[in-house]
Amino acid sequence: MRRFDTAPAPHMPPRRDVRTVMGLVLLALLPGVLAHGWFFGPGIAFQIVLATAFALGFEALALWLRGKPLNTFLGDLSAPLTAVLFALCVPPLAPWWLAAIGMAAAILLAKHLYGGLGHNLFNPAMVGVAVVILCFPREFTQWLPPRGLEGAVPPGFGDSLRAVLTGELPPPWRWDSLAQATPLDTVRTLAQQGQTLSEIREHSLFGDFGGRGWEWIANFYAIGGLFLLWKRIIPWQVPVATLGTVILLSLPFWAMDPDLHPFPLQHVFSGGLVLAAFFIATDPVTGCTTPRGRLIFGAGVAVLTLAIRRWGGYPDGVAFAVLLMNCVAPWLDLHTRPRILGEKRP
Amino acid sequence: MRPHRFHGGLKLDGHKAESAAGGLHHAAMPEQLRVSMLQHAGYPARPCVTEGQWVRRGQRLGVAEQAPGVDVHSPCAGQVTELREEDVPQWPGMRALHVLIRPEPPHDTVRLPALDWKQATPEALRARIHEAGLAGLGGAGFPTAGKLAAGRERLILNGAECEPWIACDDALLRAHAAEVVLGGRMLARAVGAGRIQLAVEDSMPAALAACREAITLHGEGEVELVVVPTIYPEGGERQLIFAVTGQEVPRGGLPRDIGVIVLNVATARAGWRAVAHGEPLMERIVTVTGGGVVRPGNYVVPTGMTVAQLVHQAGGYTPDAARLLLGGPMMGIALPHDDVPLGKTHNCVLVLSAAQLPEARPEMPCIRCGDCASVCPSRLLPQMLLRQVRGQQYEAATEQGLPDCIECGCCDLVCPSHIPLTAHFRHGKAELRRRADEAEAAAAARERYEARGQRLAREAAEREARLAARKAATSADAVAAAIERARARKAGKGEGGEA
Repeated sequence: MRRFDTAPAPHMPPRRDVRTVMGLVLLALLPGVLAHGWFFGPGIAFQIVLATAFALGFEALALWLRGKPLNTFLGDLSAPLTAVLFALCVPPLAPWWLAAIGMAAAILLAKHLYGGLGHNLFNPAMVGVAVVILCFPREFTQWLPPRGLEGAVPPGFGDSLRAVLTGELPPPWRWDSLAQATPLDTVRTLAQQGQTLSEIREHSLFGDFGGRGWEWIANFYAIGGLFLLWKRIIPWQVPVATLGTVILLSLPFWAMDPDLHPFPLQHVFSGGLVLAAFFIATDPVTGCTTPRGRLIFGAGVAVLTLAIRRWGGYPDGVAFAVLLMNCVAPWLDLHTRPRILGEKRP
Repeated sequence: MRPHRFHGGLKLDGHKAESAAGGLHHAAMPEQLRVSMLQHAGYPARPCVTEGQWVRRGQRLGVAEQAPGVDVHSPCAGQVTELREEDVPQWPGMRALHVLIRPEPPHDTVRLPALDWKQATPEALRARIHEAGLAGLGGAGFPTAGKLAAGRERLILNGAECEPWIACDDALLRAHAAEVVLGGRMLARAVGAGRIQLAVEDSMPAALAACREAITLHGEGEVELVVVPTIYPEGGERQLIFAVTGQEVPRGGLPRDIGVIVLNVATARAGWRAVAHGEPLMERIVTVTGGGVVRPGNYVVPTGMTVAQLVHQAGGYTPDAARLLLGGPMMGIALPHDDVPLGKTHNCVLVLSAAQLPEARPEMPCIRCGDCASVCPSRLLPQMLLRQVRGQQYEAATEQGLPDCIECGCCDLVCPSHIPLTAHFRHGKAELRRRADEAEAAAAARERYEARGQRLAREAAEREARLAARKAATSADAVAAAIERARARKAGKGEGGEA
């Protein structure tokens, strides 16, 4: 008689792990990051490095305080993903402490106070962004003009580094004169001055659909997003519902009065909407897990984003839209359970 | 016809070639057989032989006394050496008697009289299937005659052997497709089904060719071949019914509710042998395979042969044999040792080598990615069920479909956090059963208690009534008697005085 070790079924290796999932999402962000670097200079690289370093530091601290195994959780790449998403939302030349504060809020407050990976109610990156928007509105809106706008060239490596670390801009750049609002701010400001959209869009800040440069970055985010859809890392329901709702909702308004309401694609390609549709609203932990729930979640993010853009006090409402939808996600999950095999159709 | 696509499931590497290449062999009769009295779902059979008794091949060893159950027959001629009670590994916690037989050739078979299936009544066919000891050979082992008792419109023969490594149905169809087709027609007559569909997976070309030929030769236009895609768990009863009919078996219901019966192809063949040749069920095809076996192959195995004896015939273990499974890699049970007798329900002995074992990975928290839900063939939300089972919210879990889990293991395979979801659900379902039993016992106890109370009350009332009656009777009589006596005395005195 020969003896063997036993284990519960199934006896086959799992196909994926959390680290691979997070790693593929990071990989999918690469085209967008490169495009961001092309239009706004190497500042994004510093933001990513800073945010990642702070994120891992806070993660290690929280794990140590909670008595959790460091090597299991530090390597799961979830903290770096939070960091990169945060970095993509802040201005590339934002001061270094913005990343520190943002990551403290994201990792300590939003993630570990709720129980760490898998237990957080709110998207950590968006909590970080929201805290920074609310506390440091000036720093959050200091963008240099994108490459190609009236001959603008992004600052170089050394200049960017100095700006991030000291807050000093080397000549010829100066915050006062060249501090540049995002296209969404411009639309809001000019519209308040009574200009029509066609007049506003004459402004050199705008490209074909959204802001110049911005729309290209959005395209590259979309490429990464399609890669994730192909790899079945993210569900199709969220990006389709988010982008579809934005288009469907803004189309009738634009058709009624194109001078007052933006063209639907301008909405899509402005601000962080594409990034949110593929990378932020698709966060599994804080989103919905049922197929119908995900459709509603995506649509909700779209509606809230448009509402904040139209009536809210903030230029781009993506972060707040996602956080508000995070609030209702558990309830949506409860009420959108799929019909079990053999269950009567309602 | 084009099969319907059921929800979820996984495309897995088949690993059928390893054993199929080895061909179909007859296992040599070992030195000893240990025939279990519980090779089916239900109650064990009662042995009807004694120690020292000589038996013939096909002779009955055990009688089913309580339904559900089936008879057990001897797979060899020889002498009964011992009756021994042992554990039944596939039903943990169950014990059953085993009849130990020392085989002694010649193994000539005691047969039941052959039946002409086209003339025999459905009742006669069902009685024969019961007599021949048929239990489902697909794995669940439900007594076949019991299943046939309720009439159905449609019979589906399950040749969709979806679990990796298992290839016994493939081997059976290649060798005996004609008997499967004839058996299917006979069983359809036994159950009153007007439509017969033979479902085979598209990954089994040789078996499919054999089925086509057999249907042409023996189908007489009654048997329809349905080629289903190879997606695990296509061969699951509810999944196959949906694939073939487009209908869903109601939640909590049975296939009979929609007029369907599903029988494994090996069961159909065994039925044919029982009716046309009078042969009881006493052997089956078992796949022996995996990186831990020297010569993988499919073997015709007499019931009562142990895993150790079978692996020995397949060349023994390789040096890196690491895990022994009864069944496939998705739903099979890991055996602690190989001294386990095989029976009617065992389709596969899989020995995984160390390299084929899933490496131990730390379990991470659930990140609610929902991959489990997208592969669940019952369309459940395993990520929600996990929380409810862990939190012991069994009512919510029941509503969310815990009892609908078929324990196929798909969710485990795709979980990026390596959570043993199926093990949690198996535990949860066992807990649900325990609670149901407990509730039932409590209800029975309450009923008994109330009945006792009523009985006591009734008895007390009766006693009281009796007492009162007697009291009333005695008091009335006593008074009457006293008056009578007094009168008598008076009268006596008077008489005496006068006298």
